[in-house]
Amino acid sequence: MKMLIHRLATSKAHGEDSPYFAGWKAYEENPYHPLNNPSGVIQMGLAENQVSFDLLEEYLEKEQEQVFKCGSNFRETALFQDYHGLKDFKKALASFMGEIRGGRAKFDENRLVLTAGATAANELLTFILADPGDCLLVPTPYYPGFDRDLRWRTRVNIIPIHCDSSNDFQVTRKALEDAYKEAEKKRSKVKGVLLTNPSNPLGKVIPRKILEDILDFVTKKNMHLISDEIYSGSVFAPNEFVSVAEIIEENGYKNSERVHIVYSLSKDLGLPGFRVGAIYSYNPNVVITATRMSSFSLVSSQTQRMLASMLSNKEFTEKYIRTNRERLRKRHEKIVEGLKEAEIECLEGNAGLFVWMNLRPLLEERTREGELKIWETIVNEVKLNISPGSSCHCSEVGWFRVCFANMSEKTLEVALKRMKDFVEKKKNKKQQQQQQQLLGYYFG
Amino acid sequence: MRPSTVPLSEVAVSKTHGEDSPYFAGWKAYDEDPYDAVTNPSGVIQMGLAENQVSFDLLEEYLEEHPEASSWGSGISSFRENALFQDYHGLKSFRKAMASFMEKIRGGKAKFDADRIVLTAGATGANELLTFILADPGDALLVPTPYYPGFDRDLRWRTGVNIIPIHCDSSNGFQITIEALEAAYSEAEVAKMRVQGILITNPSNPLGTVMTRSVLELLLDFATRKNIHLISDEIYSGSVFSSTEFVSVAEIVEARRHEEAERVHIVYSLSKDLGLPGFRVGTIYSYNDRVVTTARRMSSFSLVSSQTQKMLALMLSDTEFTERYLRTNRERLRKRYEFIIKGLKSAGIECLDGNAGLFCWMNLGPLLEEDTREGELKLWELILQEVKLNISPGSSCHCSEPGWFRVCFANMNLQTLQVALKRIKEFVDGRKPKN
Repeated sequence: MKMLIHRLATSKAHGEDSPYFAGWKAYEENPYHPLNNPSGVIQMGLAENQVSFDLLEEYLEKEQEQVFKCGSNFRETALFQDYHGLKDFKKALASFMGEIRGGRAKFDENRLVLTAGATAANELLTFILADPGDCLLVPTPYYPGFDRDLRWRTRVNIIPIHCDSSNDFQVTRKALEDAYKEAEKKRSKVKGVLLTNPSNPLGKVIPRKILEDILDFVTKKNMHLISDEIYSGSVFAPNEFVSVAEIIEENGYKNSERVHIVYSLSKDLGLPGFRVGAIYSYNPNVVITATRMSSFSLVSSQTQRMLASMLSNKEFTEKYIRTNRERLRKRHEKIVEGLKEAEIECLEGNAGLFVWMNLRPLLEERTREGELKIWETIVNEVKLNISPGSSCHCSEVGWFRVCFANMSEKTLEVALKRMKDFVEKKKNKKQQQQQQQLLGYYFG
Repeated sequence: MRPSTVPLSEVAVSKTHGEDSPYFAGWKAYDEDPYDAVTNPSGVIQMGLAENQVSFDLLEEYLEEHPEASSWGSGISSFRENALFQDYHGLKSFRKAMASFMEKIRGGKAKFDADRIVLTAGATGANELLTFILADPGDALLVPTPYYPGFDRDLRWRTGVNIIPIHCDSSNGFQITIEALEAAYSEAEVAKMRVQGILITNPSNPLGTVMTRSVLELLLDFATRKNIHLISDEIYSGSVFSSTEFVSVAEIVEARRHEEAERVHIVYSLSKDLGLPGFRVGTIYSYNDRVVTTARRMSSFSLVSSQTQKMLALMLSDTEFTERYLRTNRERLRKRYEFIIKGLKSAGIECLDGNAGLFCWMNLGPLLEEDTREGELKLWELILQEVKLNISPGSSCHCSEPGWFRVCFANMNLQTLQVALKRIKEFVDGRKPKN
């Protein structure tokens, strides 16, 4: 084909050649099923929330009339393509976001911009806040999809803010300054910091003090702060999450023009297929521009209408948020305990749909290659698709993200047993090797 | 807007969103004083919105008879599966239904492979996506004028790509000529812009006409000679008044046995033919495997709601329904078109001979005080403020010939259209002709 295909089409910034996606392939070719394929690959690389569907299904069953009546509503809904979004839906979403934060922050629906998923929201914000060649600072480890979402079409760079286990992977002032200096060396203008809070893949909320430090930093450097809070409804205890919105409100909205929050219903409500994302910005210019730009990725009006009634039902949302938290907490406990029995430690987590598992003791070499080697073994022999820390740009090797909410409890038990067996086998093999070495020493 | 203290990007502060043009200003006048037969009979009638409202009853009837389309059935166990489905390949059943629908629209004269369909949140998303894939910042796409004002934003804003107009005028019914093509290409060369493709809208917005087979052949030959792409935006293909007059570029590709097909890409959407702009259903159909793969990945930024995909998969696989819908929709649009043409004629106003779309291309040249863009805008403002009709001036569509206006006729009921025609007649009668 002699045609010129544009650079974007040939660039690899879509990121699909990374292990993050290769593991999915192994799963797709041999998916676990308790009856049909009990020795298949168990998918633990997909951060989906499947623990609370029954609550949604129950709601839909009860409210069928309300939710699905077509009649005169159909025409209006079908024609509604206003990029300002359905007012009822935005009100309901703003209120839901406030509820998730225990009422500690209020959200004005006029600052909300709807987008087809957080994927679109993050890209859109990047287009608005940064020029091609500029960069955003992102703490590592981070969601592998950011490499595509923040960089691909925007041509903006990501400079990592390196975090490690010495302080539970928290962002430090030094790490921030180092990242900033690295950008300067590369002659790339830093336009902002992008956080995920609660963190993916760490499964932990960012402490208040750290958020304040980061806010100070971005204010001093006159840059933006994007806080991706898509897991905010999945914090196990009701009061442990501090949103950047709370800090802004406490400070009387001073310096808030640089702060933008991303939300979505894909994780907390388990509705990734419906493509419901939102940008909440304290900057009126960003709200106006993002609203216009959302034309490229609007949320289906059919979906907005259905969710407007669901999220305005306070009885439902209160019950959902409370129950979902509790179930995730229980699942989290189960996996942490199960891994402990296999003598595997995890980072102490308090949120999200995954744990950050430490397999450093099992690495043959403490290198990226060592990590990928054990990962391959786990995918191909233990038949668990987990995500290696290197695909999340973690600078410390040996960590893995393991999802626990996208499967039934029984499947989780099977997975934990496999891990236990794997670790034991490895231990025994090591012991055998050590014994043979000793024998060799004495009798060799 | 008060400038932000924290800097925003160049894209953010640029005016390329295009919302300062008359195309959007007229909407404001409408929003502030909208016509209503009962509560505001002297308000502004919206004739600048290309929406199809003539066939809703057919959709409503279908949904009434098939409640399973808009819910998840009893037990709702399929809800979970649907809610989790975020695969950028899109629901297979929906793609198959779309492919079949697109074939029906073309009377079976072209075949569509469901695996070449990429779903996007609307044609707006599709056109931008294709531009990202086919061109670099600074490159150019050639677009025949007059064209849909939204292209200025969709093709240029975030992509950094330029539009070079292929000038068309009334001397030959606004058809593209080889001279105009060559002139546009040269203009790009002079501006040191690499031309990466041609983007046509067929049937045309705002002209309301289909492209002839010979022009389509001309375009494909030209694209082949210059080794560039051809994007055919066919979102009005189901709104051609007669069932046989539309020739899709897909037919030309098949007639040429897919030679040079790798440069051809079609955009479609359900916003116009089915009247569902709110549901955000667009597609890219490409004969180029690399483009399909890349577009699919890139569609992550604008996926179609799985809830919507599911409902429409059911509706569009119902061939009895789609056949009846297409047939009835065509007929109703044709009647509306005839109605407005007749009404305008009796006011002494001529339109371009149209055969498709949701609008007519009206010639108010004789009423202009000056044969200039300013003259046109003056007349436009008069019509907006005094006649209280929001119509779209040709200059907002980059028409090089002043005096033409796009007038939509399918986004209102017949009574409202009658009122609008009456107002136009009164306006024309009250004005002295140019000479």
